[in-house]
Amino acid sequence: MRRVALHQLAHGRTGDKGNRSSISVIAYDPTHWPLLVEQVTEARVKELFAFRRPSAVKRYLLPKLHAMNFVIDDVLDGGVNGALNLDAHGKSLSFLLLSLEIEIP
Amino acid sequence: MTSWTLRIGCGAGFSGDRWDAAVPVVETLAQGGGPAVLMFETLAERTLALAQLQRQGDPEAGYEPSLERFVRPVLARCIAAGIPIVGNFGAANPAGAARRLQQLADALGLGRLRIAVVEGDDLNAALTTQQLQSLLPSHLAGKPLVSANAYLGAREIAGALRAGAQIVVTGRVADPALALGPMLAHFGWGEQDWDLLAAGTMAGHLLECGAQVTGGYFADPGVKDVPQLADVGFPIVEMQADGRFVVTKAASTGGCVTRRTVTEQLLYEVHDPAAYLTPDVTADISEVDLVEAGPDRIEVRGVRGHPAPDRFKATVCYEGGWLAEGEISYAGPNATARARLAGEVVRERLRKLELGPVPLRCDLIGVASVFADDAGRWMEQSQPDNTAQDVRLRIAGATGTRADAEAVAREVLALYTCGPAGGGGVRTHVTPRLASDSCYVPREWLRPAWRFAQ
Repeated sequence: MRRVALHQLAHGRTGDKGNRSSISVIAYDPTHWPLLVEQVTEARVKELFAFRRPSAVKRYLLPKLHAMNFVIDDVLDGGVNGALNLDAHGKSLSFLLLSLEIEIP
Repeated sequence: MTSWTLRIGCGAGFSGDRWDAAVPVVETLAQGGGPAVLMFETLAERTLALAQLQRQGDPEAGYEPSLERFVRPVLARCIAAGIPIVGNFGAANPAGAARRLQQLADALGLGRLRIAVVEGDDLNAALTTQQLQSLLPSHLAGKPLVSANAYLGAREIAGALRAGAQIVVTGRVADPALALGPMLAHFGWGEQDWDLLAAGTMAGHLLECGAQVTGGYFADPGVKDVPQLADVGFPIVEMQADGRFVVTKAASTGGCVTRRTVTEQLLYEVHDPAAYLTPDVTADISEVDLVEAGPDRIEVRGVRGHPAPDRFKATVCYEGGWLAEGEISYAGPNATARARLAGEVVRERLRKLELGPVPLRCDLIGVASVFADDAGRWMEQSQPDNTAQDVRLRIAGATGTRADAEAVAREVLALYTCGPAGGGGVRTHVTPRLASDSCYVPREWLRPAWRFAQ
């Protein structure tokens, strides 16, 4: 068993609408897909983003694309409406998600 | 290539996009010889509110400020090759944009063009005050709105193209409608051919952000590389009458179209993949498959469609106070501690100046910034690296008035002489903010329409 950053196994992109962030996670190698489904869960993503106080985290699976789509509510400090963040859209947040640690057998 | 294929190229994916990106796209479309359309998407959520403000200052303004810079490089070639142009660059003044485009055509010696405008998205014009107020969320009741626009669908664009428009200028439409409109006009798809409408919509979705599907916004050096990123080519979709389509890009350009680039963009700004809502159709991409169909060619299969929502989505924009920002750099030994102290100095000064409530945020760029939240919880929990030797402090504050915003900026400027040692490179900005919210308009309340410009 070893631990790697999700960044080694998957890529992704962030989108935003208002105070809602949506982040895709796409496996580079289809053989890693079951591992990602098992470990990149709503609970772990909620924990990773806990400091931004998400009101909800929803994961959608796209097995044919070996991809998942996370919809994370109320984590952008108001988004482009009100956030003081340089990155008010939260565009960099896909790379926060890709920093999640994954255990590889 | 058979004439059953319609090719749609994208020349811009946002208002700030490259002015010359459309040139290789049009060259590729023209050399292909079959029916083709060029689209420009330049209207983000707040862009329209900014345009509305410009129009208040000048009745002829209010369309995309770079309109001429986007269209001039390709207009003559498009007209000669019979490639219609469809763009939402009309923003808050489609008729004004149409006049400007005719002037451009005159200057280029192209003569009188058939330019159509699509109107009916502006809720301030389309609805009574009472109707509009009834749609707004409670916190906006009675508040003056800078702009209020519904996302129109593809039908009016299609109508204008069927009537022979060489350019179609819209204000707010759903971005994918810029591509779906030409498909409706070309293939004659019915209003309830949901699978076809969904396929066309997702093709438009993949085109609407320009290079984001062709290797732009994708490169991660050594992990996922993109060839010739500096010359990234913009996308072209080849659509068939039965809704099958291929995503590719302009010939002789950099970038790439792969399963990976297309997957990232397919899911971009999507929430539930089984229900991507547009005014024309509810698209379902949960069973989509992507198939390599040659170099830089990806075929998209399995898009399904369901009936469109019964309301138009609309975005309303209103004044959102002021944003004050100031930055200063510290480098070398103890740089992080000096930057932190500078932030504390500004905080204390602003407390003593007794401005109105000023939510304030301090970033240590190079140590911790964009991941962090406004409340500072990330800064506390992540225990950032305090050994960084090149740190830029950024202070940001939200204020109700311009005067308070300027006071925040001045405190950052004053760090030159009153702050910690060795601070340099102060920059400050004070900007008015626009805020936005969504509401949903019953279909029967709007009368979207197209007409030829005068």
